Amino acid sequence: MKPHVTRRGLLGLGVGAGGAVLLGACGDDGPNPIVGGGQNAQPASTAYTGPNVALTFWNGFTGGDGPVMKALVDRFNSENPNIKVTMNVYEWADYYQKVPAAVSTGNGPDLGIMHVEQVATNAARGVVLPLDDVAASLQLKEEDFSPPVWRAGVYNSKRYAIPLDVHPQGMFYNKAVLERAGLDPENPPKTNDDYLKALDALKGKGVQGHWATPFPFTGTHQFESLTWQFGGQLFDDQATKPLFAEGPGVQALTWLVDLVKNGYSPKNVAQDADLIALQNGKAAFNWNGIWTINTLRAVKGLNWGVTALPTIGTQPAAWAGSHNFVQFKQRATDQNKLQAGKVFINFISKQSVEWAKGGQVPARKEIREGAEFKGLKEQAAIGAQIDNLHFPPSVPGIPDAMVTIDTAVNEAILLRKEPGKALADAAAKASQILEQNRKKYGG
Amino acid sequence: MVAVKAAPGRGAGLTPYLFLAPYALLFVTFTLVPAGYGLWISLHDWDYLLPGKPFVGLDNYRALFSSSSPVFDFFWQSMQATGIFTVFSVPLLVVVPLGIALILNRSFRGRTAFRAVYFAPYVLGVAVIGVLWRFLLDPNLGAVNALLGAVGLPDATAWTTGLPWAWISLVGVTVWWTLGFNAVIYLAGLQDIPRELYDAARVDGAGRWAEFRQVTLPGLRPVLLFVVINTILASSNMFGQAYLITQGAPGVETRTAIMYIAEEGLRSYRMGSAAAMSYLLTLALLLISMITFRLFRTKD
Repeated sequence: MKPHVTRRGLLGLGVGAGGAVLLGACGDDGPNPIVGGGQNAQPASTAYTGPNVALTFWNGFTGGDGPVMKALVDRFNSENPNIKVTMNVYEWADYYQKVPAAVSTGNGPDLGIMHVEQVATNAARGVVLPLDDVAASLQLKEEDFSPPVWRAGVYNSKRYAIPLDVHPQGMFYNKAVLERAGLDPENPPKTNDDYLKALDALKGKGVQGHWATPFPFTGTHQFESLTWQFGGQLFDDQATKPLFAEGPGVQALTWLVDLVKNGYSPKNVAQDADLIALQNGKAAFNWNGIWTINTLRAVKGLNWGVTALPTIGTQPAAWAGSHNFVQFKQRATDQNKLQAGKVFINFISKQSVEWAKGGQVPARKEIREGAEFKGLKEQAAIGAQIDNLHFPPSVPGIPDAMVTIDTAVNEAILLRKEPGKALADAAAKASQILEQNRKKYGG
Repeated sequence: MVAVKAAPGRGAGLTPYLFLAPYALLFVTFTLVPAGYGLWISLHDWDYLLPGKPFVGLDNYRALFSSSSPVFDFFWQSMQATGIFTVFSVPLLVVVPLGIALILNRSFRGRTAFRAVYFAPYVLGVAVIGVLWRFLLDPNLGAVNALLGAVGLPDATAWTTGLPWAWISLVGVTVWWTLGFNAVIYLAGLQDIPRELYDAARVDGAGRWAEFRQVTLPGLRPVLLFVVINTILASSNMFGQAYLITQGAPGVETRTAIMYIAEEGLRSYRMGSAAAMSYLLTLALLLISMITFRLFRTKD
């Protein structure tokens, strides 16, 4: 989320006023004309016995997760002398622009990681290969994972992604602040009533307990969690129309806006200020992604905890992202490389408890339910929400429609528009974008 | 006779072109051809990875002028944001650096140090200044509001999330960041004005103000034209500051044209539409540049 922008880069974009003009210059007709992925029919297996191969593996693990993945890659390399995997890391925002361009010029990596909501778009654009055979030969089934995350990797009835992890939202809390307000730091609120009572108690001590952030990380995530909690959905299953502006969505956004209106949150919370406030003892609660575990661990002397989101609506639910393995399309198919890549995916997937230590919930059920993962107290607390997670419909271009939600959440929490109006405006825009995408991707 | 007469002319005629050729080659390859290609893209529904890139004629342009299209509000909103930023930042970036250059052009102790100080922010990347100011300007936790509060001024100004504050922040940060560049250009221009002109003005009894108006400003005119045009173009291409400091908030109020074009083309992969927007922006900038040139010329 922190794109690297240099002045020269900006000048490049600016001169001639056309990023698109520049980018257009390096496009051609794509890697090959088969849309929706080419052939990847080699039966996969769990071992590779062919000649030595070198694989490139790109991802966006720029944070504390990078070294963890690097260590796993190193271990794979030493255990598989005939496969050499080289890992390259880019900022995610750069990565999603770089990878398709690299694939289209025949310089794409062999393997990569993608967020679940990006899979359908990249499948439709012919960037990634179908992985049904990987799933089949590794005998991976829906039951081995969590159904929503497993299903989210399917586009046009083909599987393009093997889930590595899920990273849900959890409720982080500052125990010292709770104690100061006379609340039990070992028993944070679980229901709407308890939550509002706690916020009242905190307010009595001059603490604004839940800073409502108007920005996507993690204001939009909180809105999405709440919409599902109130029984709503963001889109219908086929993403033919937005549903986030209906009753549950309005309830969800109103709840967040009321935090500001009732003085449980300051106005004008800026990016990351909510999390900083938790660390400074200016806030008691922060609903944030599981990656926050690493951030808070690094803060000396902070007494904090994390648990599942409280159930504000009628049912438990939480936002989550998910990292998935993908294989990229190449100009010339090399069966040895494809095979070796599958061995790699299987290896890392099986080691995902190591990966979880870096602040993730393993997608694989056997690992999630293993004693070792349960021993990771914080991760396991957030991981307990696994059955209550939701992912956007697996439809190409869905991220384009989802950004309209960011705008609505921003406008409402900054008190510039009523929640209902902000969501209705966004939904009108999202409908147009969905229709545009249907035309573009043929849906 | 004829051949002898023409020969020196032709011989000299080829040399300049040979010298120009390397640049011309680069210009054609990296500017002219991509620009032409961009025009071609703007006439299609263009995603470089999809095999079908249907020709749509002027549809991408038409959409920018049709209020029922999905891009209409967003595009004009972003053009308006760019306009607001340009209108408020350009005068400041033209005038303030001039004042600073005038002061730094006089001789006093520590002049070199001050020159370095004013230029220093310009060497920082936009990512650095963006993140730096995002934290300083944080409405609830930032140092700026804390300092204002400490001296008894309002301490809850929404510098990055409210209006007009977000614009004041973006313009202020940009002026702080880039004024050194314009100041250095002015300084070079000031040092090119012959000293004799000032001596002559003084002999004629001119005061400080008359000196500035009759000698300094006319002497700086070519530099001024460069500074004005360059600043207008730089301001209309503003991207990084808004991207990092306000993220376009509140709503999409501070999302600039370049930000929106980049989103449309590079994130939503609608490159035809983004190219059309780029061309419209280019056209607007051409027009403004031409008007500026004309204004400077009529003063002749």
